[in-house]
Amino acid sequence: MGFLERVSTVLQAKMNKIMNRIEDPREVLDVSYEKQLQLLQNVKRGVAEVTTSKKRLELQKAKLQMNIDKLDGQAKEAISANREDLARKALESKAMMQAQLNTLDREIVELNDQQQKLQAAEARLATKVEAFRTKKETIKAQYSAADAQVKITESVTGISEEMADVGLAVQRAEEKTEDMKARSAALDELLESGTLTDYSGGDEIEAELARVKAKNTVDEELAKLKAEVNK
Amino acid sequence: MIIRILGEGQFRFDDSHLGELNEIDNQIVDHVKKGDKNGFCQDLARMISTVKELGKPISEEEVIPSDLIVPPADLSFEEAKDIFCNEGIIEG
Repeated sequence: MGFLERVSTVLQAKMNKIMNRIEDPREVLDVSYEKQLQLLQNVKRGVAEVTTSKKRLELQKAKLQMNIDKLDGQAKEAISANREDLARKALESKAMMQAQLNTLDREIVELNDQQQKLQAAEARLATKVEAFRTKKETIKAQYSAADAQVKITESVTGISEEMADVGLAVQRAEEKTEDMKARSAALDELLESGTLTDYSGGDEIEAELARVKAKNTVDEELAKLKAEVNK
Repeated sequence: MIIRILGEGQFRFDDSHLGELNEIDNQIVDHVKKGDKNGFCQDLARMISTVKELGKPISEEEVIPSDLIVPPADLSFEEAKDIFCNEGIIEG
């Protein structure tokens, strides 16, 4: 089976589940409409959640930036006081914070992307739900007509598909924010305790590489600071 | 025929272009089988842009079912594998 066919089958199976549970076709219209309104609420909640997560990351970013600036100042002072050891320590911390900051930047961009997608989905669904509501009343009014059943099936399938689509977008956004929430809580703790050491996760080689990179940055900055102070 | 790109809406697509879509579809199946992540991402993007370029967007007021559904551009390779092996990206 092809990829597209598989995706379509999986999604359509989900939609049929909603439809098969109801016997009176007119009832399908009302139940579906109720579900649409619920989903719209879900999407709104999803948008709010992503926005909150983004704000939280932006706050953390500001905090990190403040710490970085402070460490910068300390390194300069240390060099002036001829304490290279202290300056090195400050610059090492700074390099770690900078790495965190870069990660945060990427995550903020990602959340922003999610936020925009969800907002677009919300707007699209709202339009469709309104169109469905109008259609639903028309179909109900002419229920005796022979083609009413066909119309009902068509519009309910159409809107169910839209709902499955939006539902998936919300689900994916939720998964993304959940991941980030956990990471972000850990970062908060580290910022509180002031020991920002393990920023590279479990991979040993990655960790060592990060240390080497950080050391190079520190050496360079140290040399630059010394040159500045000794001018 | 009507094609939906998940997260982006529906498009009216002329059946005469179906061959092009099929060709990309086969490539994607191949990439997933071989575990070629880069190839998968490239061809998924190509599939989406093909539908957008050759299809006409359907008005948001129209409520109709689709004949084919294309996954979103940010579908991960792992999710794609899941679609083939299990129920897929949608929770039942």
